[in-house]
Amino acid sequence: MITSGIDIGAKFVKVLILKDDEVLCRVQERTGFDPSAAAKRAFAAALSQTGLKEEDIESVYATGAGRKKAPHVHDSITDVGAAAKGIAYLQPSVRTVIDVGGEEGRAVKVSAAGKVEDFAINEQCAAGAGSFTEAIARALEVPLEEFGRLSLQSSATIPMNAQCAVFAESEVVSLVHAKTPKADIARAVHDAIASRIISMVRRVGINNDVALIGGVAFNPGFVDALSRGMETEVVVVEHPDYVGALGAALAARERSK
Amino acid sequence: MAEYKAEPLKCWNKAKELRLKYYKDYQDAHKNGGLRWTGGAWSFDAIPAGLGRDVYNITGEPYGASLAFDRKLSIECLEAAEAKGWARDLCAYMRNYWGSMYLGKFAFGGEYPEPDFCFQDHICCSHGKWYQHVAEYKKVPYFCIDVSVGPYEDLDEDRLMFVVNQMHESIEWLEKVTGRKYQDELLIEAVKNECRSTSVWAEICALNTHRPAPLDEKTMYSLYVHGTLAKHNKEIADFYEELRDEVKHRVENHIAAVPHEQCRLMSDTQPPWGFLKVFRYLESFGAVSIGSLYTFGLIGNWEWKEDGSWGPRTTPMQKGEKIETRDQALRILADWNLSKPEWQHFYDPNLKTKMMLQIVKQWQLDGVMLHLNRGCEGLSCGIMENRLGIAKAGVPVMTFEGNMGDEREFDEGRVMARIDSFMETLGVKAPMA
Repeated sequence: MITSGIDIGAKFVKVLILKDDEVLCRVQERTGFDPSAAAKRAFAAALSQTGLKEEDIESVYATGAGRKKAPHVHDSITDVGAAAKGIAYLQPSVRTVIDVGGEEGRAVKVSAAGKVEDFAINEQCAAGAGSFTEAIARALEVPLEEFGRLSLQSSATIPMNAQCAVFAESEVVSLVHAKTPKADIARAVHDAIASRIISMVRRVGINNDVALIGGVAFNPGFVDALSRGMETEVVVVEHPDYVGALGAALAARERSK
Repeated sequence: MAEYKAEPLKCWNKAKELRLKYYKDYQDAHKNGGLRWTGGAWSFDAIPAGLGRDVYNITGEPYGASLAFDRKLSIECLEAAEAKGWARDLCAYMRNYWGSMYLGKFAFGGEYPEPDFCFQDHICCSHGKWYQHVAEYKKVPYFCIDVSVGPYEDLDEDRLMFVVNQMHESIEWLEKVTGRKYQDELLIEAVKNECRSTSVWAEICALNTHRPAPLDEKTMYSLYVHGTLAKHNKEIADFYEELRDEVKHRVENHIAAVPHEQCRLMSDTQPPWGFLKVFRYLESFGAVSIGSLYTFGLIGNWEWKEDGSWGPRTTPMQKGEKIETRDQALRILADWNLSKPEWQHFYDPNLKTKMMLQIVKQWQLDGVMLHLNRGCEGLSCGIMENRLGIAKAGVPVMTFEGNMGDEREFDEGRVMARIDSFMETLGVKAPMA
C-alpha cells in the first residue's frame, strides 16, 4: 500500500511517500506566502522523484499548521497526533516527544500504543521556538548551521534573564558589547531556549525515552542544552523534520486498512 | 451517533428584554428622579436597594463584556485607556469600562451615564481600585467593603462580623451621601431575592448533569449574566425560576443544546467575548461545554451535600430562617456571599481544583479546557495549579491563551488548531475545512 503525508509547517512543507514500511521519498519546499501552492509543488516533486502518479497513492493525509490548506488530501491529522504516530513507529520506547519547529514548540506524552495522552504547546511567545535561534544567530552574525556547533565549544554558564525573545536579543547585544566570546553567548542562548521548552515539557511530565523532532533537532547545541536541562538523554531520530509527515502517512495507511 | 431533539429556549427573548431593560433603567434613572450607582457584579447590591425602588446600578464586568463583544467599540475604549497611560496587562473589563467613561460613550447608545456613587467590595485586587478611579475621575463618593477574611470553610464569628460591621457602616454612609432614609424592609426583600436568584441559577446549572445537556455554555453566558447585573432584583429571581422550569422541561423531553452530543467538556474563566465562535466550533465535533466553575459559581451559590455531591445552596427561606431585622439581613448577606465558589480560590487554588473535579465527576465530563485569561488576573490566579490537579486526576485538560476583553491578545487560528489537537486526543474526529 502506498500512502503519503504532507506536513505544512510555518517555514517548510515536507512531503513523504510511504510504501508499506519503506519511505520512497522525502521532499521539502519553503512554505512561503502560499502554503497551498507550496504543498502542490512539493507533492508534484515527490511524485516525480518516485515516478508515481497521483492515483497510485491510496491515501494522502495532511498535518502541520497549514494542514487545512493542503490540496489533494483525503483527511488530516493534527501536529500532535502526527508526532505521536511518527515517533511510535520509529522509536516505540519514546514516551515524551518534543517537537520544536520554526513557529511553535510542543510536548506530547505518548502511550506505548502511540496514542496522545497529554500535550502542551508554547503560548503566544516565540521564546521557545526555532525562530528565536534564527534571530540570535543573525544578531551574532553566525550562520544558523554553525550556531549549534559553536555553542558546544563553550562550557561557561551565563544565565539569561530575559523571558522574551525580543529582550533576550537585547541581552545578547549587551553580551557582545561586553566582549563575551560568541561560543559562550551561543551556549547561553541555547540554555535559555531549552529552559523555556523544558518548563513546557514538565507540564506533561518528562518520561523516558525522550525524543526531539522538528527542524531544531538538527541543532546539536540545542539537543545538548535540552539533555543537560532535563538530565536525560535526548533521542534524535534520522530525519527528525519528517516525523510529522511520516505520522500523517501512517494515519493515511490506517484509514485505508 | 445519537441525534437528539433541539429547539431554542422559549424564554430567550425575555432574557434579552430583561437585560436591555436593566441598562435602560440605569440610563433613564435621573429622568425619573432616581439614583444611579456603579460597582462590580460581586458588590453587595442588595444594600443600596434599601435606598428605594428607584435606585439602579450598572455592574462593571458585564458592562466590560458587552463592550468587548462590540469589537470596534472595544478597541476604541482600550486605546482610550492606554492613551491615559494605563498598562495593557490590567483587567480588560476595567480598561474597557474606563475607556467608555473617558470617551463618554455608552455601549447601549448615547452618552456614558454618570453614576451618583460607587459601591464595591474588595475580593479581587483590581476591583477596589477600579471604582476608586471611577469615583475620583467622576468626583463621586465611593465606599468599598473589605471581604478578605479567608475561605468559607474557615469562617468564624469574628471574620463574619468584620464584614457585617462594614455593611452596617455602609448603610450610614449611603444615607449620608444620598440624603435618603434607608428602608430595612427593602434590604430584607433584596437579600431574599439574592439568595433565591443565586440558588436557582445553581439549580439550572445542576440540570446540565443530564445527557444530553439541555444548555450549552455559550447560551448560559446570555443567561447567567442577569445574576451579574442585579442578583438582588425580584424580576431576575422570578426569571430564573421560569428558566429553571423550562430547562426541567427540556431535560424531561431530552431536548439538547447540541443535537449530536458525543463529548462533554467544561471551560474555565471568562471566555474571549469577541470570539464566542470557539463554542460553535466545538459543536462541530459534537462537543458541548456544559458550563464551568465560572458560569456555575460566579453568581450561582452552591454547597457540599451530605451525600458528597455538590448542589444548589439551601436558602435561609428554605431552612425556615427568619429575616426580620437589618442585622439579620446583613449577616445572611455576608455569609451567603462569602461562600461563593468563585471567591474561594483567591485563598487557595486547591479549593477550586476540588470543585472542578467534582464538576468533572458529577457532570460526567470527558475533558477540561482552561482559558489562560490574560485579561483577568483574579480568575486566572492559580489556574496552572488547577491544571496540574486536574491532569493528576487523569482528566484530559488543555489550555489556551487569550483575553476576555482585549481581542488583540487572542490568536484565533492557533486556538482552533489547539482545539483540533485536543479533540483528536479525546478520540473525536476533526472536521475538514
